[in-house]
Amino acid sequence: MPSSSTRWLRAWQLALLIAFLAFWHLATSPTLLPPIYFDDPNKAAFFFGEPLKVFERTWDWFTSGTIYPHLWVTLLETLLAFVIGTALGLGMGLWLALAPTASALLDPYIKALNSMPRVILAPIFAVWFGLDIASKVALGVTLVFFIVFFNVYQGVREVSFTVVANARILGASDRQLLRHVYVPSAMSWVFASLHNSVGLAFVGAVVGEYLGSSRGVGYLILQAEGTFDINAVFAGILVLTVFALLLDWAVTLAERRLLVWQPRGGETEKI
Amino acid sequence: MSAAAPALALEKVTVTFVSPDGGRFTAVRDTTLRVQPGEFVSVVGPTGCGKSTLLNVAVGLLEPSAGRVEVLGEPLTGLNAKAGYLFQTEALMPWRTARANVAAGLEFRGIERAEANARADAWLQRVGLRGFGSRYPHQLSGGMRKRVALAQTLILDPQIILMDEPFSALDIQTRQLMENQLLELWSANRKSVLFITHDLEEAISLSDRVVVLSAGPESHPIGEFAIDLPRPRDVAEIRLTPRFVELHTRIWHAMKEEVLKSYAQQLH
Repeated sequence: MPSSSTRWLRAWQLALLIAFLAFWHLATSPTLLPPIYFDDPNKAAFFFGEPLKVFERTWDWFTSGTIYPHLWVTLLETLLAFVIGTALGLGMGLWLALAPTASALLDPYIKALNSMPRVILAPIFAVWFGLDIASKVALGVTLVFFIVFFNVYQGVREVSFTVVANARILGASDRQLLRHVYVPSAMSWVFASLHNSVGLAFVGAVVGEYLGSSRGVGYLILQAEGTFDINAVFAGILVLTVFALLLDWAVTLAERRLLVWQPRGGETEKI
Repeated sequence: MSAAAPALALEKVTVTFVSPDGGRFTAVRDTTLRVQPGEFVSVVGPTGCGKSTLLNVAVGLLEPSAGRVEVLGEPLTGLNAKAGYLFQTEALMPWRTARANVAAGLEFRGIERAEANARADAWLQRVGLRGFGSRYPHQLSGGMRKRVALAQTLILDPQIILMDEPFSALDIQTRQLMENQLLELWSANRKSVLFITHDLEEAISLSDRVVVLSAGPESHPIGEFAIDLPRPRDVAEIRLTPRFVELHTRIWHAMKEEVLKSYAQQLH
């Protein structure tokens, strides 16, 4: 049950949102206020959109069903990039953390690949994998991979020496050590990174669509920009934000289920 | 293997560490230490005298620079499969429940999950943790975690039990309870124990024999004392007997100089 202070916090957060929307509405409406900065009362709405029209557009997309195929494509790309990138990052991270020679050999290349601005790869991926979802998934994978990789690498390296020694003395083989010690220990680091990586998988999908596609929410936004339909652009951003929050929430749920062994602050139990 | 072979023998063991910058540090020099089957031996010495190094050699985590390690008469190669090791610091897997931690060794040996869990539950009961099987380590107190670690080691029925200041982090009451419990478990099924501690009282009240190490570096045994106190013992009560006080005085006399030496080293 939320305490009264949490409820106050929620109320203030909601109030902040309403205040922001009200300000946006007031400042952009052609009729409510005389133009302050622009010479034409319609110009503010042209540049910044109008909140009511943004919601109206969003509502239209969902009631008419035009958004669903686009949303489905974007979510599919996100999910594939997320799953493939996480699996690759986990595998590579475990391998390199446990193989010091390979790790020392590849170290400069991994650093170089990670510091490269990978969004510029999008056009190359479009050439390699075509304009369909594969090129967007590839871009998302390059973004997700490094986050998960570095976290797993760190996670494995920080396993307590005592826990590893103890497991070995208890008779764990190398494979059992990997499965029962290294992977569970790395998992808490992986989960810490999943929040970031699910967001970046989304970025990969949308940027990929934006740079060249025929479907997806990124494509919708690009179309709207082409016709200076600023309300549709904001509606697209709204839809993306809501779905990014939903994905993040799903990760939190999974994390709670899988990391029950971790202490949480002030955890008590009623007898 | 001969019948007279000690359960564990360190013969003229020297351990020298080399740091990455080329510096050398000899923790232990020419140390010979034997533990007979069924014998409880404690090693005491000032802090930093290489007590843990000796244990790590005995369990096979460290290879000695010189000297030999023999287990039941056979030279030790790799990890000591006959030994159980109770660590000073937290060694439980935090992602496993108490039950799964105790069952871990059985599971690693390929024993079925259901049987391993049943045996783990029996051991949890023996160390006084009945009903705590599904708690995670962070939900247990320090003393309870030590009991889990004890059960985790003893469930595998090792011939030799190596203990590295296992109770040093516990408060005095919990510590005495754990010491009594250890003696009870040990006397039910006498295995060889090599117990490392810096606490002389603990060493005397538990052991058959106390070995005193000199201050490090290059530490080596400087005295050996047979503890002829009758068993079964209660660690809290035995401290008050005249014989205990006498032994304590004698051993402390041998140790004092080394403790002062080690203290002086820490100041510089």
